[in-house]
Amino acid sequence: MQQSEFLNVVMPFKDKLFRLAKRLLVSTEEAEDATQEILLKLWSKNKVMESYNNVEAFAMTMTKNFCLDRLKSKQANNLKLVHSNYAEENSGLQTQLEAKDSVDWVQKIMEELPEQQKMVLQLRDVEQYNYDEIAEMLDMQPTAVRVALSRARKLVREKLVQKHSYGIG
Amino acid sequence: MESDRKIEELLEKYFEATATVAEEETLRTYFSQESVATHLVQYAPMFQYFASAKEERFTKQVPLKPRRNYFKWASIAAAAVLLVGLYMNRPEADPTPDDLITMYTPEEIESAQQALAMLGMNLNKGTAQLSHLGEFEKTTNKFLTKE
Repeated sequence: MQQSEFLNVVMPFKDKLFRLAKRLLVSTEEAEDATQEILLKLWSKNKVMESYNNVEAFAMTMTKNFCLDRLKSKQANNLKLVHSNYAEENSGLQTQLEAKDSVDWVQKIMEELPEQQKMVLQLRDVEQYNYDEIAEMLDMQPTAVRVALSRARKLVREKLVQKHSYGIG
Repeated sequence: MESDRKIEELLEKYFEATATVAEEETLRTYFSQESVATHLVQYAPMFQYFASAKEERFTKQVPLKPRRNYFKWASIAAAAVLLVGLYMNRPEADPTPDDLITMYTPEEIESAQQALAMLGMNLNKGTAQLSHLGEFEKTTNKFLTKE
């Protein structure tokens, strides 16, 4: 496969790889590195790529595995220090619109979810894959995907309601 | 657009994860507009966040050839430098017998042979003298074996 062909195949979903990596790794820099690494790995496989029936799903699975490995190896490491893209919570509270604020809350809530629920939510609600595709990417049963998704969505709703009524109820 | 009733039903299905992609799309469009029913407003941030999360782009270069080529060419260059270096530092090869004949006249070779023969003769004389040492060793061995 030529370079231009490869780019044509990869370009449409490289952002999805990046977003999944960022969902898991949180830090933008880490996610960028991970995405580059995945693309390089894919490119090194370009000879056999035509034989994969779904390159996108394959790449998503690679990203998932790569990021989980990364997280595992970083657990004792200093990944937590890299999270520089957290917005400072207290800065400019006045200027922040309340609506914007609760949208940010959803992101923070999602960061607290278990990895599997994070991925399912990301793939379904952000990228809008169907259940079979997600099942293939995450190597899960479609029913398990549904269960994880339902749980993740309810958890987000629950926490969001909690934040909204914080100090009231 | 959609009635509140319909949206409530869809939300129910959404949280049970039984809604189809199209139904979820309906929810997304509903919550992306300005007028959301007050009792549903609490769900809006979720869908707004998902929509905004999809906007994020991978802005870095797609790194294809550079790294691979760099390593490949660097290793070739290193190998070439190494070979050149080895070639330059190679010790001079011993002149072959052909060279001896071309470099020296027969007279010079003759005299060198004579000198070497004399050296050999004297060396043999020296080693013959040393043979007396063998006698010495024999006698010491006698003492050693007795013990």
